[in-house]
Amino acid sequence: MGNFLTGSGWGIAALQSLLYVALAPLLVGWLRKVKARLQNRRGPSLLQPYRDLYKLLAKEARVAHTTSPLFRAAPYIVFTATWMAAATVPLLVVDLPTAAIADIIVLVGLLALARVFLALAGMDVGTAFGGMGASREMLIGALAEPAMLMAVFTLAMTAHSTNLSSVIDHHLSDGFVLRPSYLFALGGLVLVAIAETGRIPVDNPTTHLELTMVHEAMLLEYSGRHLALMEWAAQLKLLLYGTLIVNVFFPWGIGQGLSPAALGLGLAAVVGKLAVLAAVLAVGETVLAKMRLFRAPAFLNLALLLSLLGLLSHVILEVGA
Amino acid sequence: MSLTALLTPALSMDTALHLAGLAVVLALLSSIVSLAARRAPWVLRRVATPLLGFVGLAALAAGVMALLVGEVVSVTLPLGLPWLPWHIRLDALSGFFLAVIGVVTCAVGIYGPSYVRSFEHGKDSLTALGGFSGLFLTGMLLVVLADDAFLFMVAWELMSLSSYFLVAFHHEHAENRRAAFLYLLMAHVGGLMILLAYGVLAAFGDSFAFVDLRAAPVPAVWAGVAFALAFVGFGMKAGLVPLHAWLPEAHPVAPSHISALMSGVMLKVAVYGFIRVCFDLIGQIQWQWGVVVLAIGCLSALFGVLSALMQTDLKRLLAYSSVENLGIIFIALGLSLVFLSADFTELGALAFVAALYHCLNHALFKGLLFLGAGAILHGTHERDLDQMGGLLRRMPWTGLFFLVGVLSISALPPFNGFVSEWLTFQAALQAWQLDSGVLRSLIPIASAVLALTGALVAVTFVKVYGIAFLGQARSRHVRRARRGPWGMLAGQGLLAVLCLALGVLPTWVIGLIDAVPRQVLGDGLPQAGAYGWLWLTPVSPQTASYSGPLVVLMLAGIGLTAFWGLNHLWAKGAAVRWVHRGDAWDCGFAPPSPRMQYTATSFAQPIRRVFGLLFQIEESVTIQEDGSTRHRLRIRDRFWGLLYLPIARAVESSARRVVRLQSGNVRVYLGWTLATLVGLLWIIT
Repeated sequence: MGNFLTGSGWGIAALQSLLYVALAPLLVGWLRKVKARLQNRRGPSLLQPYRDLYKLLAKEARVAHTTSPLFRAAPYIVFTATWMAAATVPLLVVDLPTAAIADIIVLVGLLALARVFLALAGMDVGTAFGGMGASREMLIGALAEPAMLMAVFTLAMTAHSTNLSSVIDHHLSDGFVLRPSYLFALGGLVLVAIAETGRIPVDNPTTHLELTMVHEAMLLEYSGRHLALMEWAAQLKLLLYGTLIVNVFFPWGIGQGLSPAALGLGLAAVVGKLAVLAAVLAVGETVLAKMRLFRAPAFLNLALLLSLLGLLSHVILEVGA
Repeated sequence: MSLTALLTPALSMDTALHLAGLAVVLALLSSIVSLAARRAPWVLRRVATPLLGFVGLAALAAGVMALLVGEVVSVTLPLGLPWLPWHIRLDALSGFFLAVIGVVTCAVGIYGPSYVRSFEHGKDSLTALGGFSGLFLTGMLLVVLADDAFLFMVAWELMSLSSYFLVAFHHEHAENRRAAFLYLLMAHVGGLMILLAYGVLAAFGDSFAFVDLRAAPVPAVWAGVAFALAFVGFGMKAGLVPLHAWLPEAHPVAPSHISALMSGVMLKVAVYGFIRVCFDLIGQIQWQWGVVVLAIGCLSALFGVLSALMQTDLKRLLAYSSVENLGIIFIALGLSLVFLSADFTELGALAFVAALYHCLNHALFKGLLFLGAGAILHGTHERDLDQMGGLLRRMPWTGLFFLVGVLSISALPPFNGFVSEWLTFQAALQAWQLDSGVLRSLIPIASAVLALTGALVAVTFVKVYGIAFLGQARSRHVRRARRGPWGMLAGQGLLAVLCLALGVLPTWVIGLIDAVPRQVLGDGLPQAGAYGWLWLTPVSPQTASYSGPLVVLMLAGIGLTAFWGLNHLWAKGAAVRWVHRGDAWDCGFAPPSPRMQYTATSFAQPIRRVFGLLFQIEESVTIQEDGSTRHRLRIRDRFWGLLYLPIARAVESSARRVVRLQSGNVRVYLGWTLATLVGLLWIIT
């Protein structure tokens, strides 16, 4: 196997995975802060999501009488699968062993695994809300997943590899080339990311209105540490999609060696890029309103169309040339 | 490798062939023994059905041995017609499909005895069940062993006819008889097409033996004709859209362990036939074939999964899902044909291996799911999802094994369905190597369809599992579901363990399958396991790598650490450590009742709305006199109106015209016979 399966490689990979878990609430805190400022509010502290998680972890966990053991196992599975998916996306440096264990198709598969258990947990309660949330989540997931795959396939075909590290390496060595296929794929992936992380205009993460909620409806019966894990997994997913977008489409700054300088530069670069991306997302969430559920398929079909156009423009325009 | 070295002296193709012969003999024996079931009903449970398990074991051993040795052995049997002796041949391709048949049959043999017990006090004929089950297996085993078109067709008909009687087992219901008739009709139209395909090849090879057909110099046009006939014939048996209409009718009405064999194995025999004729016998592949197979595969996959999503009958849903999985297999075969026609043998082998891997996977998880559906039927006498709920607490083991099947079929890592889908995507991603721009842009569209299919499968099976096993029971008899006997659980458990094993250790499986493309296509996947058993690298490590064992290790490691850390290290205080139970949130109104839960129909409603154009949907809400409302929903297959009804009407109207010949006068009939004879003689001379 490649020359990066070294002890230090595994060490950095473990560090990077821990960094994902540690940074995920911060991104949400920053997003909320920017959004609050745009709405002329002062907003909660950047560290508020950490405090929320701590509060939930310290509280008693209650489950409904009607649930089966799956309900209690689901938070751990959802959290683990999302974390594992995140660990395969290069955050600070490329060429880590985690990228060889699982490529982008596995990444999409692990996210699907998390989604399936989230939906099953929602249905396990046996109330109307859980089923409603599960049904809607699976609809959005079913339409978003192919768009996501097509977007990453555009990148994979360009780099002739489904390994995310190789994709980023290829992009870096190419220099700044404006490829039409990348623009389409970027558009598709951004739309997918908005839908999959449950942001406005597809879902509203702060709603508790029965008719509009999707993600929250499935979590309605969770409390204590179970809820903390579910919330944390959602925050990880947001960070994962953010990192995927910034590090694949704008990879400049990512470390290419395992030296401390490369790591530090990589961290500074990715934090800066994510801060900008989150600010853009906050502006989008402020100016847009949430769509009706049955407008979401049109939104996701657009994502699929963009990604497919990206792939087709790659195989038609760029391969032959 | 050491295990192989240890076994090498015992391994030989002759032993493998003997084992395969033993499997056939045991299957026939099981069939004959069942004749006694009329007098002594216990024969079916104690002798005939367990014998099927040994048939499976022998077939599995024969298949694995043939794959390990990787050679070819053939024998001419002293049976058949004087000038047309029967030939038997065991090579890697036959061996692989023998193993597929064997592994599911083995599980059915463990599961069956407890399941058929419930028929002992019914009025259905046990002799028919046992006798035709044995014959059905004999037919399938002989199809994959046959080495001439004559024996192939005899075995094929044996398989079709005996499965007809199994479909018609509960013949007291009119719809079962109708399903069985439709099956018989379509199986025979398909059989006719296959016979014609062999006829075309035999016309150039001057013999029905596969050796001569393989060497036959067939002109390109006639090769195309033979391909088209074979594709229609085998596609009809494999349930490809639009020739699928019989499958969702016939598979659900057979007893569940037979449904597992029909969906898990018989459809694979059709895939075997297609591979044998197109890849092996015809040999000279044209790119148009690949495009046709790819298109039909995409259509089947997408239409199959959407239809499955609309169903509320569990077994019918599983049958539609078989249409979808066969679509995926044919997508991979289509990719393989496209690559082979462009002389990319290694990529062709990659897609070919993906197709074979999915055949094996589908046999395992669809067998598992049908056995699970049978366990539910056994415990609750219910097939309607909208009556189920909360079964996980009543049937914990069945629930666990069914969950494994659900995760496998939804192509989620680290289960087996994911590996074959991953391989198919890897093959599709190599499309940039092709010269033709049309093909380069067609393959991405096919992979988009495959991605959409995979996502919709997850929706379908979340629906199945969530409605049937989670939540609260929606009817009284489901609330009192009985836990299944251990034999039934063991059969499911075997398949569930294999589903996980095949997902975690793909390099071993591919190392075993690799003999098939090496023999049939002349090139294998030497790269796949080149970096040890941990790493699956189908093309090269730079292109893609997947490590099933490490993914499982990390998932289990992180998950268990999180569980242990949170429950034992973190939550020290007793108040936090124990999980308390309470009522579900009722919004401050009446407590939630099981009737308030989402049903299978309501779960699928958003998807029905998005993809509704593909179906004929009649939906209405009427308010009755007493003020209550009634919701009516009817979903029909559009292909009935588009394809089947016009054909049925044309047959009927032509029959009405032909009826004029029927005067009732013997002399007129004799006249017609004479005229026909003279006409035939004139054509021959």
